[in-house]
Amino acid sequence: MVEEGERCKKCSSPLGEGELERSMNVCPHCGYHYPLRAPVRVAQLADEGTVQIVAEELRPGDPLEFFDLKSYTERVSEAQLATRLTEAMLAALCEIGSHPVALGVLDFHFMGGSMGSVVGERFCRLAKTAVEREMPLVVVAASGGARMQEGLLSLMQMAKTVVAVQMLNEARLPYITILTHPTTGGVFASFSTVADVIIAEPGAVMSFAGARVIEQTTREKLPPGFGSSESQLAHGQVDLVVDRRQLKGVLTRLLTLLGKGGSSG
Amino acid sequence: MAEPDKPSSAKKQSSDEAPSLLQRLQELRNLPAMQRATYSEEIKKIQDRLEALKARDGSKAAWNTVQIARHQERPQTLDYVAQSIPDFLELRGDRLRGDDKAVVGGLGTLGSRRIVLIGHQKGHSLQERQERSFGMARPEGYRKAVRLARLAEKFGLPVVTLVDTGGAYPGKDAEEGGQAGAIAKSIEAFANLAVPTVTVVIGEGGSGGALALAVADRVLMLENSVYSVISPEGCAALVWRDAAEAPRAAEALRLNARDLLELGLIDQVIPEPTGGAHLDHRVTAKRVMREVQLALGELERLDPAERLRLRRAKYLRMGSFQVSE
Repeated sequence: MVEEGERCKKCSSPLGEGELERSMNVCPHCGYHYPLRAPVRVAQLADEGTVQIVAEELRPGDPLEFFDLKSYTERVSEAQLATRLTEAMLAALCEIGSHPVALGVLDFHFMGGSMGSVVGERFCRLAKTAVEREMPLVVVAASGGARMQEGLLSLMQMAKTVVAVQMLNEARLPYITILTHPTTGGVFASFSTVADVIIAEPGAVMSFAGARVIEQTTREKLPPGFGSSESQLAHGQVDLVVDRRQLKGVLTRLLTLLGKGGSSG
Repeated sequence: MAEPDKPSSAKKQSSDEAPSLLQRLQELRNLPAMQRATYSEEIKKIQDRLEALKARDGSKAAWNTVQIARHQERPQTLDYVAQSIPDFLELRGDRLRGDDKAVVGGLGTLGSRRIVLIGHQKGHSLQERQERSFGMARPEGYRKAVRLARLAEKFGLPVVTLVDTGGAYPGKDAEEGGQAGAIAKSIEAFANLAVPTVTVVIGEGGSGGALALAVADRVLMLENSVYSVISPEGCAALVWRDAAEAPRAAEALRLNARDLLELGLIDQVIPEPTGGAHLDHRVTAKRVMREVQLALGELERLDPAERLRLRRAKYLRMGSFQVSE
């Protein structure tokens, strides 16, 4: 994050005091979208005073007793301390433009926004609540992929979250994803891409395999902008690329257009 | 001067070392407390060495399984077809863009049942492996699988999938063609399928590229197959910055069939012929297809809506977490 009196790390334009925060952490000069912490994202999207955080009691276990250079439990504790979050997904019930919604936001600062059992379970609980209360589900992704330290359990969260989305489909409730930088691996190849509408933030990079893996395996030279929101839009993989400063407005329109009151009731 | 055979003799030594260490440890432990104290350092040393040996044996065993799972002569989808489905008719193409040879599928009769069979095909010869991208599917492959699964549903045929891939194909065209979405949509399609579904991991179950064909009512694994969120090499490169640590990663990931059964992530382990499936395709195929038919028999007795509910409930339950106050 940029300190007051500093310059934009992308375009080097000077930034006045509080200027970046006032423009939703988007550089007012070049439009660079700074990474957002999950609580800030929730505050930007939700109507003031409507946020209720849910499923906070869910905490990661250590089913594999995974140990590399450190134990998994140690890595989790460090992430919790550093981010003041309990896990990589912040789950909330709130209103967006007066529409009640279930909102999930991944935070890349918490172990790379990786999806383990808690992220999967919070996602499912949001989906269930959305169905119970007949609300849409909105999820903001930012993730390095699956949580390796939970082994195959983390891969299964891909199936789990996709199954959870089917509950919304059957209840004919809108499910909207917002893909931010970066959205990769198992998160990109599961709940992110089975939404009714997929929105991407400008300049975000999305890919299933990482650029390094692709270049190493296939010796292909990747073009500049590979996997970017703009490239995904051109290749038909996302519906819209929306500037963060317009995001709440676009979401509100979508929620109105997809909300109850369609011609078949 | 060259020291002939050093690595292998050192390895051999390590596995012979444990019994004598254990014996010495026992002797020291049997000493009277006063005397034992003077040997405390040696006791500690022996304990550490035994731990190290155990860890090495563990990662050696895990790595050995990975090697068997990847064996070039291990039976692949078309070998099972040759052994068990004499009237198999391969159907090709995704009806959108192309035909991905990393995934094969078609119609055939298994025992007394007509089925749709879909599986990864890595290829045996180098030429076949190149044609089939070593079983690494592109979006066309996953979309072909979905198309065939829907065909099965229309005609009320059960679907059997055989999983054997290092992962989805990592390439520019695959990514731009919607690799992530194709995998997600395949997971979704198999989660929603109204007909009975059985998956067998027959070799390598590599990450999302495997899961795309592995959402099913029953998931079985051959004894020496592996199933993992990331390849041991990939994991080692991330954690230790060294792909040579892959054996350690293989152990830490608990990617073998027995561990995954214990974790409740798969339903059954199918034993292989001694030494591995590659030594006897006929026996392996017979065992696999017998278990597949038994599973299909059980699944067919369920009401379709109930079967779908159970499949979904199984995936919704998966996860391991704590609930704090």
